[in-house]
Amino acid sequence: MKNKVKEVVILSGKGGTGKTSLTAAFASLVPSLVLADCDVDGSDLHLVTSPTIIKHSPYIEGKVASVDPLKCTGCGLCDEACRFDSFKIEEDGTYQVIEYKCEGCGVCVHVCPENAINFDLRECGEWMVSETRFGPMVHAALLPAGENSGLLVTVVRNEARKIAQKGNYDLILIDGPPGIGCPVISSVTGTSAVILVTEPTVSGIHDLKRVAALADNFKVKAYIVVNRSTVNEQLTEEIEMLSEELGHKFVGTIPFDNKMVLAQLEGKSAIEFIAGDVKKSIERIWERIWQTL
Amino acid sequence: MKIAIASGKGGTGKTFVSSNLVRSYKKQVALLDCDVEEPNNSLFLKGDIVEQRRHAVLVPKLQSDLCDGCRVCQQVCEFNSIIVMGGKAMVFEDLCHSCGACTLMCPQKALYEVDHEIGTIVVRKSKNVAMVEGLLDVGKALAVPLIRKVKSYIKQFKDIPIIIDSPPGTSCPMVWTIESSDYVILVVESTAFGFHDFKIAINTVKDVNLPFGVVINKDGLGDDRVEKYCLKNNIPILARIPFSIEVATSYSKGDLLVEVDPVYQKIFEKLWEELINRVKSGAKDEK
Repeated sequence: MKNKVKEVVILSGKGGTGKTSLTAAFASLVPSLVLADCDVDGSDLHLVTSPTIIKHSPYIEGKVASVDPLKCTGCGLCDEACRFDSFKIEEDGTYQVIEYKCEGCGVCVHVCPENAINFDLRECGEWMVSETRFGPMVHAALLPAGENSGLLVTVVRNEARKIAQKGNYDLILIDGPPGIGCPVISSVTGTSAVILVTEPTVSGIHDLKRVAALADNFKVKAYIVVNRSTVNEQLTEEIEMLSEELGHKFVGTIPFDNKMVLAQLEGKSAIEFIAGDVKKSIERIWERIWQTL
Repeated sequence: MKIAIASGKGGTGKTFVSSNLVRSYKKQVALLDCDVEEPNNSLFLKGDIVEQRRHAVLVPKLQSDLCDGCRVCQQVCEFNSIIVMGGKAMVFEDLCHSCGACTLMCPQKALYEVDHEIGTIVVRKSKNVAMVEGLLDVGKALAVPLIRKVKSYIKQFKDIPIIIDSPPGTSCPMVWTIESSDYVILVVESTAFGFHDFKIAINTVKDVNLPFGVVINKDGLGDDRVEKYCLKNNIPILARIPFSIEVATSYSKGDLLVEVDPVYQKIFEKLWEELINRVKSGAKDEK
């Protein structure tokens, strides 16, 4: 029987703490893995992995309503029934759907006495399978104002799992989205561990507590990393103590270094681009995680 | 005047700009924190809580004796949040989008709607700022209903400017936050990730048909790709906020920069002037 593939997701709560940079750095340290970019409406991992796309699929999920103006009598029942405020009245008195507000629930379709409302599948984005120098990568791009980001995360993860099982990979590393809502929940369910990367700021700590509580909700163990620790050493220490209180493992700190930004601009991971303290600290963090995974 | 602060990429400084912008204003101003998954403005603005209330959405509940297992509810639900098992309907509240389709369509009238709590609305007063914050409960997936509730406070602030802090990203929570604003500020950092997400955010703002301008934050940390792009595409740069490790450290402690450094007070005062002029002139050329 095959070993179960380990899935590890990198989350942060607060945005911009270094999830993607750390994902790429860890990927440089693992001989073979599958990458999954689940930050589907801010996907940046491809900017440092230079993927060669080998498969492209449209992401069609959910539906969107639209009114046939020739059939619409302007009775307004759709507008009354819609709880998402997504109808507007045109100059000629007919109704039309504001597409970005449409939830795709279909209530208007049921109440329209004239059968004037079309209810079509909605293209929300695309997902891709690529080859990278780190291994295969599954990534996606939600269209601007796209809906159903949580389900797209599930699509990306399922594809990554298929590739991992087929190719006998033992690790899927997931670059997660910020926040704690729907795409984060889809990213964390059923994973083996969460790596929480935070920064020593009052907002970083506030958001860390919420995302750690989310990991607890799903009974997934969490590792805590402080990025840019030198910005505030005192708060870094507080986070270390907090990790213990929360019952999660504190695995290390990464000092501030603007070469992290330069690495991004060069399309390289921090491990590939930076020598010295940053590199050593990331190596140490990964070792601590990998040993106890 | 309603100004939304958005970004695409997380961590570019939306909350930094929002909190300093409202504090730098010399008169009364309102701030809506719509980043309900991770609201942070109150960490910087602090202030006293004047109102706190739970917010609930409607979800269906079954009156079991009336259900005949006909499956109409299951068929009309687009979100797989109600299914018939063992001859009776079963509701999954956390998947429900509160559209009301199942309750409306149930031929037996066996469904009625009840409150399902998803988060808290907190109203604070901090010096010149009236602040409304949404705080989504941990484990709840849908942020948009709480964002809409926060935005419903707009009508309480009739004659003062309203600053609306958006969640990161460009999907539904961000779109629901910025829609119906008079102007959108995109806070950008000129890094590879920042630039990439900035371009997606521009398309989103254009989709919603709103005028927008740019604040370059952490100026000097990356390169000049954002600057060049804005010049080439006639996107106004409203302000530049220089990066320094001192600023980062001050921010990390929860300081409001405009309160500790007059240079930054000046930067934000100038940003207000830009905003007021642009909103007054209709800002049609910036859509």
